[in-house]
Amino acid sequence: MLHGYGAVIAEGTWQTVKLAFLSLLLAVLIGLLGASAKVARRKGLNRVAALYTTLIRGVPDLVLMLLLFYSIQMWLNHLTDYAGIGQIDIDPFVAGVLTIGFIYGAYFTETFRGAFLSVPAGQLEAGVSVGMTGFQVFRRILFPQMMRFALPGIANNWQVLVKATALVSLIGLTDLVKVAQDAGKSTFSMFHFILVAAVIYLALTSASNLVLIWLGKRYSLGVREARL
Amino acid sequence: MDMLFEYWKVYLYTDGGKMTGLAMTLWLLVLSLAIGFMAAVPLAVARASSNRWLATPVRLYTYLFRGTPLYVQLLLIYSGVYGLATVRDIDVLNQFFRNGFNCTILAFALNTCAYTTEIFAGAIASTAYGEVEAARAYGMSRWKLYLRVILPSALRRALPNYGNEVILMLHATSVAFVATVPDLLKVARDVNAATYRSFEAFGLAAALYLVISLAVVHLFKKAEYKWLAFLRPTEKT
Repeated sequence: MLHGYGAVIAEGTWQTVKLAFLSLLLAVLIGLLGASAKVARRKGLNRVAALYTTLIRGVPDLVLMLLLFYSIQMWLNHLTDYAGIGQIDIDPFVAGVLTIGFIYGAYFTETFRGAFLSVPAGQLEAGVSVGMTGFQVFRRILFPQMMRFALPGIANNWQVLVKATALVSLIGLTDLVKVAQDAGKSTFSMFHFILVAAVIYLALTSASNLVLIWLGKRYSLGVREARL
Repeated sequence: MDMLFEYWKVYLYTDGGKMTGLAMTLWLLVLSLAIGFMAAVPLAVARASSNRWLATPVRLYTYLFRGTPLYVQLLLIYSGVYGLATVRDIDVLNQFFRNGFNCTILAFALNTCAYTTEIFAGAIASTAYGEVEAARAYGMSRWKLYLRVILPSALRRALPNYGNEVILMLHATSVAFVATVPDLLKVARDVNAATYRSFEAFGLAAALYLVISLAVVHLFKKAEYKWLAFLRPTEKT
């Protein structure tokens, strides 16, 4: 059915999955930092975080990807020229993770900001007053409670992120879309192979939906919802 | 700076012959949103209906189009469909799918229609039960019930989410260059290839996208203020 391209497509799918997970990790990390900066009691931090989320969310992810990918390489070239060492080519995979993580970090910042605010400030103060460190307050009080509010947003961002990874073939990464295109070109059955790629994406988003529903149940333990 | 003088026209509206850049991006956006909106209203009514034969096919459609990347959908329509022998044999289809612009509009409209249908269906489903009951008590027909009670209120309540979809669609138009449509990003890529000044070439495009995004956000805020007045908390006197 895959005209002997099964292994290649599996490899491409693995690249896409790896890329999506690593970028998610980076984006969540940036999101937590960004949200902390947004709710911090320092004007400067608030402004930097606001600038970051407005700029990133106002520009298409593809444009940012190309902008960052080409510019970083050029700046790096200037730097290596200046230092008198040979050219360092950025690995497209690393560039993909960094740019997607950086872009979706802005979306996660907004998600986490809303969730942070849903935990009553009194509880955090109570944590400090019994002698917890800032990290302990985050780990034991803020995080477990805010996850319930953040999950719908996280689920949404994750779905968008998975679909955004399809664009990295445009910066030269051999992901699922690229291998499907190559296979389609060499067998003259483009429709067939792009369809295969679409089905794999559908399977990925559907599978992650199930995981997210399970997580939602897990973090809502002990909360009773109104029956309508 | 000299780059601005040389290329501002291509970025904004024309390369001398055809429409390019920002004008093309906006044209793609408006056309696909208009088609998507018109198809989404009846589809949303079907999706929110309690009749399973109406709701299930629409649900399948939105599931398929929301579960796959728009880029893949565009590739499927632009490079996939045209490769099929049956399509090339039928003259009308051949004419249609040979044109990159047609393929792009088709892919964009199908995609945004799926998201818009879900947004509208959600708003229709959350219409207050009392309003529907009251309309029935007045003896409104089903047609009148939708036209006078459910749709005017549901479309208004969908406004904030629909605003998000418009922004997402604006950003999504940037994949149009795949089908050789000379939109803003295609211009930026061409300028980058001609000048090797990536930061300026893509930065200018990014700035233009940003301005349009902020303008759309502002417009929707104004629209919400006007049309969602009935949901605002009453002012204290």
